Amino acid sequence: MTPLLQVKGIEKRYGARIGCMDVSFYLYPGEVMGIVGESGSGKSTLLNCMAGHLEPDAGQVIFDTRADGPVDTVTMSEPERRMLSRTDWAFVHQHARDGLRMSVSAGGNIGERLMAVGDRHYGDIRHKAIDWLGRVEIDEARVDDRPTAFSGGMQQRLQIARNLVTGPRLVFMDEPTGGLDVSVQARLLDLLRGLVREMGLSAIIVTHDLAVVRLLADRLMVMKGGHVVEAGLTDQVLDDPQHAYTQLLVSSVLQV
Amino acid sequence: MEKDEAMIELINVSKSFTLHNQGSAVIPVMKGASLRVKPGECVALTGASGAGKSTLMRVIYGNYLAASGQVLVGELDVARAEPREILTLRRETLGYVSQFLRVVPRVPTLEVVAEPLLAVGADKQAALAKASGLLRRLNIPERLWTLSPTTFSGGEQQRVNIARGFARDYPAILLDEPTASLDARNRETVLSLIEEAKGRGAAIVGIFHDVEARERVCDREINVSEFTPGMAA
Amino acid sequence: MSEYNFAYLDEQTKRMIRRAILKGLAVPGYQVPFASREMPMPYGWGTGGVQVSAATLTPEDTLKVIDQGADDTTNAVSIRKFFENTAGVETTEETAKATVIQTRHRIPEAKLRDDQIIVYQVPIPEPLRFLEPRETETRKMHSLEEYGLMHVKLYEDISQHGAISTAYAYPVKVSGRYVMDPSPIPKFDNPKLEMDAIQLFGAGREQRIYAVPPHTKVVSLDFEDYPFEATKAEHPCDLCGAEDSYLDEVIMDDAGNRMFVCSDTDYCRSRRAAGHVGRLAEEDAA
Repeated sequence: MTPLLQVKGIEKRYGARIGCMDVSFYLYPGEVMGIVGESGSGKSTLLNCMAGHLEPDAGQVIFDTRADGPVDTVTMSEPERRMLSRTDWAFVHQHARDGLRMSVSAGGNIGERLMAVGDRHYGDIRHKAIDWLGRVEIDEARVDDRPTAFSGGMQQRLQIARNLVTGPRLVFMDEPTGGLDVSVQARLLDLLRGLVREMGLSAIIVTHDLAVVRLLADRLMVMKGGHVVEAGLTDQVLDDPQHAYTQLLVSSVLQV
Repeated sequence: MEKDEAMIELINVSKSFTLHNQGSAVIPVMKGASLRVKPGECVALTGASGAGKSTLMRVIYGNYLAASGQVLVGELDVARAEPREILTLRRETLGYVSQFLRVVPRVPTLEVVAEPLLAVGADKQAALAKASGLLRRLNIPERLWTLSPTTFSGGEQQRVNIARGFARDYPAILLDEPTASLDARNRETVLSLIEEAKGRGAAIVGIFHDVEARERVCDREINVSEFTPGMAA
Repeated sequence: MSEYNFAYLDEQTKRMIRRAILKGLAVPGYQVPFASREMPMPYGWGTGGVQVSAATLTPEDTLKVIDQGADDTTNAVSIRKFFENTAGVETTEETAKATVIQTRHRIPEAKLRDDQIIVYQVPIPEPLRFLEPRETETRKMHSLEEYGLMHVKLYEDISQHGAISTAYAYPVKVSGRYVMDPSPIPKFDNPKLEMDAIQLFGAGREQRIYAVPPHTKVVSLDFEDYPFEATKAEHPCDLCGAEDSYLDEVIMDDAGNRMFVCSDTDYCRSRRAAGHVGRLAEEDAA
């Protein structure tokens, strides 16, 4: 099987400081990988390098495109990369405000990606927007409301709908449950898990919350100081951590 | 697979824990563990509490990382496999009935049980029918099927867990105390399920504190104390 | 003190503006940055259009200036006077006689010819500005032809008003490439954007010039199920009886009586001169 994403030797420095170093892994279709680590561990830098928001200093991010097979997205032209990020890729920001247009209605937010890829039938676009509101458990009566009138959890679910409406194959998520109440987090996680299964999505989820990866991720990568210190099956890494840092991380979590 | 070939085979497996944050203390918990389980065979792990029965099961399941040796389930060496290979193994070949139900909140019981079938692309109606049959056999009242099992009593959760574990006809099954905390009627159902699984050729490794149950369904016993470093068998 | 240079601006500045105009014509709909000068009038009074006109005028030209279709409003009159003083060119109110027409918010009703130039005053040249405030991002969107956002604006219109309610500055795609703001002309005028004359657009405060060459395809954006419609008030002109012209609504008294009149004063006047009579003009005559 061809990996959906091949990350090879990614390195990003901020002057003398290391953002992330020597990160390599393959992600296969349908796999969900978690990246955990404390603030400053380089997990967000890595995510942004992979998603094309930051240019890595070295390394390749090879994506298996529908048209041309595996292509290095770091060296592909910007129009191609932006097209990819509107079609086969999605990015869920920690703060819904960064991923939504706050002055545009919920329906318009969901419809944007459809219109960006050439959908020109208002009725169809609206129908899909309403369908997606339902899938993320937002009352369809809210379709014309702006996200400013939504709660944090609803905004985050709207952001997810907006991202998934074009049926992407790879979703990058940056702390998708960060800043939400615990009960709201649980609902969002259930929803994400359902969508990932149902759509056969591959996903890379950056978080510092081990409960999030336990529930969502098949595989886990643990980062510290810009380096990957441990990687493996999620339950194996969490239940039988090998590296000192992972042991510390796991033992620091309060058991409920 | 040849009749004599083992479905589950451990060759000289060792396991230790290194506690980096406690002076890098190395705790050896298993050494020279070897066993073979053929299709249709049920093997009980025995030994005192703490001897490493659960650890051995977890090593087979890939939940614990073996330090050395081979852990073969079918063709795959779990000790060296990629995460995705282990995930495929768990989805298609190796079932595990643990003592505790770990499920996503809000998913209805019927779907929790059918999920192993749906995960391999089974027809939804057929999967739900199979799940219904198991829940009925295990005496979970039908009115509970649409609810999440997270709110169920311990005994009900255990039975949901068993139903889920037997939803698919796995060629290899790990059972951790499957009859604990069950009444006589449900215990009988579980033992029948185990016998049926053996009958269709499943290789089973289990922990049974229930001696009668063990004697009824198990063909052999392996005392894991033999593999416990510093604990002479 | 010596006289003003012809058309107020010095020759170097006019050359700079002409280069921007030529580039704009070469890349239809593309916003060309230019070094907008301070003009002796406030921003919002057509400083962009005036600079483009100044760079375009020759001593032989005849200039017409309209504001909302009218030749006799303050803005139109003062710009016409400005060029009479600084360029000494002929001026006219007749569309057919003009060689250069500077306009704010209208395209004349009379069909323009290939020996004419129309100069639009533009307040905000960026059609994407409504939804994307970052200039760096809108430039990138133009360069990569990422125009999904324009339809988001139209989607919002329909979802809120049941129809595309954008009535002026209705976005168009020029020559199949750039999405352009046609300046705040009513969408009634959009079909006229495909014309024989040269169209130049000047935004003084925003320092942008863009252009549409003659015979260029200009398509108003829309949805398949909500097609573009060039709408106007459902009335004939009360003075000249024209049924094909864009109308202004005028409140006549405290009782709420209204009349509809051509916004293009020259068109209305010439029709009346030719004997056409509207509803209220008849009463006057009676």
